Amino acid sequence: MNRALSQRATPYWLTGPALLVFLGLVVIPLVMTVLLSFYDWGQYKGIVPEFTLKNFHEIFTDSYFFEIFLRTFRIAVLVTLFCMLIGVPEAYILNRMSPAWRGICLLAIIGPLLVSVVARTLGWALLLGSTGLVNQGLMAAGLIHAPLEFMFTETGVVVALIHVLIPFMILAVWASLQRLDPQIENAALSLGAGRLTIWRRVILPQIVPGMLSGGIIVFALAASAFASPAIIGGRRLKVASTLAYDEFLNTLNWPLGAAVAVLLLAALVAITVGSNRLIERRYAQVFE
Amino acid sequence: MRRNGPLALCFHALFVIFMLAPLLIVCVVAFTPEGYLSLPTRGPSLRWFKAIFDYPEFIRAFRDSLWLAALSSTVAIMLAVPAALAIARHRFPGREALTTLFMSPLMVPHVVLGIAFLRFFTQIGLSGTFLGLVLSHIIVVLPFALRLVLAASYGIDQRIEHAAISLGAGHATVFRRVTLPLILPGVVSGWLLAAINSFDEVTMTVFIASPATVTLPVRMFLYIQDNIDPLIAAVSACLIALTAGLLIALDRLFGLDRLFVGTGKG
Amino acid sequence: MSHLVLEGLGKSYGSAVAVEALDLSVERGEFVSLLGPSGCGKTTTLQMIAGFVPVDRGRILLDGGDLVAVPPNKRGLGIVFQSYALFPHMTVAENIAFGLEMRGIDKAERETRTLEAMALVGLKGFADRYPKRMSGGQQQRVALARALVIKPALLLLDEPLSNLDAKLREEMQSELRQIQRSIGTTTILVTHDQHEAMALSDRIVLMNQGRVEQIGAPDAVYGKPASAFVASFLGKTNVLRGTGDGSGAVSIGAFTLPIPGAGTGPVQLAVRPERLHLAAAGAPGFEARVTSRVFQGAHWLLTADSAAGPLILMRHNDGQPVPAEGETVTLSFAPSDAALLAPGDAR
Repeated sequence: MNRALSQRATPYWLTGPALLVFLGLVVIPLVMTVLLSFYDWGQYKGIVPEFTLKNFHEIFTDSYFFEIFLRTFRIAVLVTLFCMLIGVPEAYILNRMSPAWRGICLLAIIGPLLVSVVARTLGWALLLGSTGLVNQGLMAAGLIHAPLEFMFTETGVVVALIHVLIPFMILAVWASLQRLDPQIENAALSLGAGRLTIWRRVILPQIVPGMLSGGIIVFALAASAFASPAIIGGRRLKVASTLAYDEFLNTLNWPLGAAVAVLLLAALVAITVGSNRLIERRYAQVFE
Repeated sequence: MRRNGPLALCFHALFVIFMLAPLLIVCVVAFTPEGYLSLPTRGPSLRWFKAIFDYPEFIRAFRDSLWLAALSSTVAIMLAVPAALAIARHRFPGREALTTLFMSPLMVPHVVLGIAFLRFFTQIGLSGTFLGLVLSHIIVVLPFALRLVLAASYGIDQRIEHAAISLGAGHATVFRRVTLPLILPGVVSGWLLAAINSFDEVTMTVFIASPATVTLPVRMFLYIQDNIDPLIAAVSACLIALTAGLLIALDRLFGLDRLFVGTGKG
Repeated sequence: MSHLVLEGLGKSYGSAVAVEALDLSVERGEFVSLLGPSGCGKTTTLQMIAGFVPVDRGRILLDGGDLVAVPPNKRGLGIVFQSYALFPHMTVAENIAFGLEMRGIDKAERETRTLEAMALVGLKGFADRYPKRMSGGQQQRVALARALVIKPALLLLDEPLSNLDAKLREEMQSELRQIQRSIGTTTILVTHDQHEAMALSDRIVLMNQGRVEQIGAPDAVYGKPASAFVASFLGKTNVLRGTGDGSGAVSIGAFTLPIPGAGTGPVQLAVRPERLHLAAAGAPGFEARVTSRVFQGAHWLLTADSAAGPLILMRHNDGQPVPAEGETVTLSFAPSDAALLAPGDAR
C-alpha cells in the first residue's frame, strides 16, 4: 500500500472498533425494536412476527393511551418551564459570585447529578409523603389543616423532576453567561439604562440560546424520565416510559411496549431536532 | 463585577436548600431508631445500617455495580481514545455521521435503549447475563468518555508531535511519550465520568437486569416499588456519603466546572 | 473654573492602594491621557469617573457639581471600552440608538441623530449589520458613535485601540483626534501606549504605582522628564553621570556645561539619544567608544561606552559617514536638551 493511501485509511482504522460495536449494539437492537412494534401479540400465542399496524392503531384510538401521552407531555412542559424560571436567575447569581463561593455552590448544585436518581427521588418521597416534612411544616405553620397529597400526583412528579433536571439548565445558561462581554452591563449602564432594562434588553436576549438548548435537554429528559415518575407517581399515575415498562415486564405485551417506545423516540427526535434547527436559524446571524 | 443583592442571596439560599433537602432527609431518616419511617427524635441509632448486612442482595448488587462500572468504562475509554484522535485530527468522509452515531446514546431515551437491548439480548441468548449488562453499559457511557477525550485532543498542538517525529521518534513512541501524556487528563476524567454514569444508570438497566445479575440502583428501585422503609434510607445514605466523598476528591483533582460544563445528558 | 476637577481622588483595595490622591483639572474640550504601566491606577481612575468603582476618598467635580454620589446610569458620560462591549444581539443602528432610547428621545429624532453619528465615524450604510459581522476597526467606530451620540459631557476612552493591529491603530489615532477636535468633547484616554498618548493628547498624566509622576504637554514631558521613571517610560533615554561644582555647572570629563539648579558632587542628567551629537575633533565634548552599530533604515542606532556611563545615540541616515565599531568619538549636547534628575532618583 502506498503512503498516501495508508494515511487516508488511518481514521477508519481508529474509529473502526467503536463503529463495529455501535453497529452491533445500537443500530441492530433499535431496528429490531422498530420491527417488533409492528408484530402481532396475543395472550396465548405470544409474539407473532407478522406485519400489523394493530399496536399503533390501539395507541392512537384508545383514550387511555392518549391520556398517558398527554400527561407525559404536560409534565415535561411544566418541568421545562419551572427549570427556566428558577434556573436562569440562579445561573445569573452564580455567575456573579466570587470564584471561591461559586466553587462551593457548584458542589451543591452539580453534586446531586452524581447521586443515583433513585436515592434522590427517595428523598422527595420522604419529604412529600402525607407524614413527610413538607406537610408537617405546612400544618405546623397553620397554612393547611389536612395533609396535601403530593405522592402519586403530577405535582409531586414535577417537583422531583425539577430537582433532577435543573442542573442541566443551570449549566447551559451559565455557559452562555460566561460568553458575555464582562463590560456589557457597564456599557448599558453608561448609556443610561436601569437594572431592569439591562436585564430585559441586554442580558436576556443574549442568553436565550443557552436557555433554549438547556430547555431542549430538560424537556427530552423529562419526557423520557423513568425512575422518578415510577417512584413518585406509582402504578396509578403512568407516563409513557412507565407504560412501556409495564407492557414489557408485567403484561408481557412486548410489541405494544415497543410501539410506545418507538412513538416516544420519534416524538422526541422530532421535537429536539426541530427546535435545534429553529434556534440555529434564528440566532445564526447574531451568535457564532 | 457587581455583587449580588440581599434578594438574590435569599433566592440562592432557598435554591440550595431545595437542592440539598431530599438528600439530607434521606441521611437523617436513616438514623432513626424506630421500625418505621420517622425522624430520629429519640437520638440517632445505627440500627438500620447494621440491618443492611442482613440483606446480602444489597451487598452483592453493590459489588456487581462496581465491577460493571469499572469494566464498561474501561472498554468505553479504549474505544473512545482512538476514535477521538481520528475525529479531532483527520478530516474524512463520514466524520460528522460517525460523531453523531457515537453521541446518539445521549439522544435516545434510556427506556428505549433498555427495550432495544432486552429484545436483542433475548434473541441472541444474552438475556440476564453480566456480559449483557457490560455490553449495554459500554454503549451508554461511551459518549461521556468520547466527549472529554475529544476536548483534550482538540487542545493538542500537532506541531509538538511533528517535533517528536523530527527528533527520530516512531509512531508508537510518539503516541506513548507525547500524545497520551497530553490527553491523559481528558482520558482520566472521561473514564471517571463514564464509571459514575454506569454506576448510577437505572432506567435502561432495569429492563435487562435479572435476579441473578442486578445493579445497586436497580435493586434499590425494585425494593422501593414494594415498600419504603428506613432500611432503604440507610442504603441510600451510604450511597450519598460515598458520592459526596468522590465528589470532593474530583473537585480537588480536576475542578467540577471543567468536568461538567457542557456535558448535558441530552 | 475647569470643566472637570479631580480632588484628592483615591481608591484602596484592602491594604493595597490603587490610586493614592489624584488631583487633576481638565479644561473644556481638552484631550487628556492617563498613561502608565499596567497596575498604575489609570484604569481605576477612569472607572471611578465613570461610576463603576466606588470612590474611597476625594471628589469628582463636573462643572462644579460632585459626581461621586450620582449613579453611573445618571452621569451621562460616553465610554468606549477596550473590548467595545457592543450589544451582539442588536444591529449597528440599534446599538447606537440605545442611549437615545434610554433618554426617552422620540423615534424620528433618534433616527436622525443615529444617522449623523454613523456619518461622523464613517459608517454610512452599515445600519443593519450585526457587530459580529464587522472588522475590529468597524466595531471600534460603532462603539465610538454609540458613546458620542448621547452628546456626553465627557468622553472616556479605555484603551480603545489596543485590540487593533499596528497599521489600523495609526489610522484610527488620527481619525479619533480629528473627530474629537471637530465636536470638541472633553476627552480622557487611558492607555499604556506612549506613542498613542503623545499622538492624541493635549496633556499627558503619567502615573506610576497609584501616584502622578508628571503632568504636561507631550513634548514638554518628553523633553523634560521630571523623574528617571518618566525618562525611561517615555521613549529611550540616556542617564549621564556628571559632577556638579555647586555654582550651576556640571562637568563630564573635560566637557563642562551650565545646568541651573545642579548641586555639588555627583548629578544625573537625562539626554535623549537623538539629542547627543557627534562633535568635530577638538570641539568641546566628551569621549566615547562605539561598541555596536545597527542599521534601522531611516537612521543608525549606536551604542557606546563613556566616562558618563553606557550610551545610545542615533545618527540620521543622511549620507554622512557613520562611526565604525571600536572607533572613539567626541560627543556633545546642548544644555537645554538635558533634564536634571532628582538626586537619588536613579534608574
